[in-house]
Amino acid sequence: MGGIATHHTGQNMANRPLSPHLQIWKWGPHMLVSILHRVSGDGMAIVGLGVLLWWLGALASGPEAYETFHWAMTTPIGYLVLIGLTWAFFSHLCSGLRHFVLDTGAGYELDANKMWSIVSVTGGVVLTLAFWAAIFLL
Amino acid sequence: MGNGTSIGRVRGLGSAHTGAHHWLLQRFTAVGNLITLIFLIVSLLTLPNMSYATVSGWMSQPIPAVMMALLVLTTFWHARIGLQVLIEDYVHDSGSRFGVMLALNLAWIGGTVFGLFCIARLALVPVATGGAA
Repeated sequence: MGGIATHHTGQNMANRPLSPHLQIWKWGPHMLVSILHRVSGDGMAIVGLGVLLWWLGALASGPEAYETFHWAMTTPIGYLVLIGLTWAFFSHLCSGLRHFVLDTGAGYELDANKMWSIVSVTGGVVLTLAFWAAIFLL
Repeated sequence: MGNGTSIGRVRGLGSAHTGAHHWLLQRFTAVGNLITLIFLIVSLLTLPNMSYATVSGWMSQPIPAVMMALLVLTTFWHARIGLQVLIEDYVHDSGSRFGVMLALNLAWIGGTVFGLFCIARLALVPVATGGAA
């Protein structure tokens, strides 16, 4: 995009007003759910798939490699990573389902949009808590 | 590009007409992620423990092995498209973007193949017994 824009606009476009960026707008739940969707998705793409491959590779390599993986994931940092990834998964799941609804053209009215944004973010946290409660309490 | 007429100067600068393909794939793979990851989460929650014997035994069965192979395919595919959007939004220099996109595609293919190979090995080779069984 940069190359085309520079070529096409020339220098007399340099002082044109830019479209407002993040700091211009009053923050609302729809902005939070949008950026969290990106953060959680790309976080899982980079960290989560790495952990998934380590898990699969350790299993395929044998008990010793699996023991190393198991040790790493049950250290405090390991738990932090796993809890972060489950939060990212459940948040991305909720905001992803919200996107499916928005894809149909529904849910753009201000009140409905605000409510489902809050429900998405809250739902991600609640499902994360439920998942770890199931692990530690059941 | 055109010959300098008004229409000629803008022709080809609009939509690449391929966006809907990625858009649809991102949604198809999202449903795939939903199904396979719920399968994985429910399986992990219902396994009696996380020992090597339990987990590798579970994954060597046909249905878990196939579901995990599909999980690797669909999550890596979804992640590749998502990271491409991230790169297109934030990496503006065309040379850098080429390099990052190259790395992304290699990591996508490499990660997918590694994951599938590990699952196939678990399902087909009894690792714990040294291949004797």
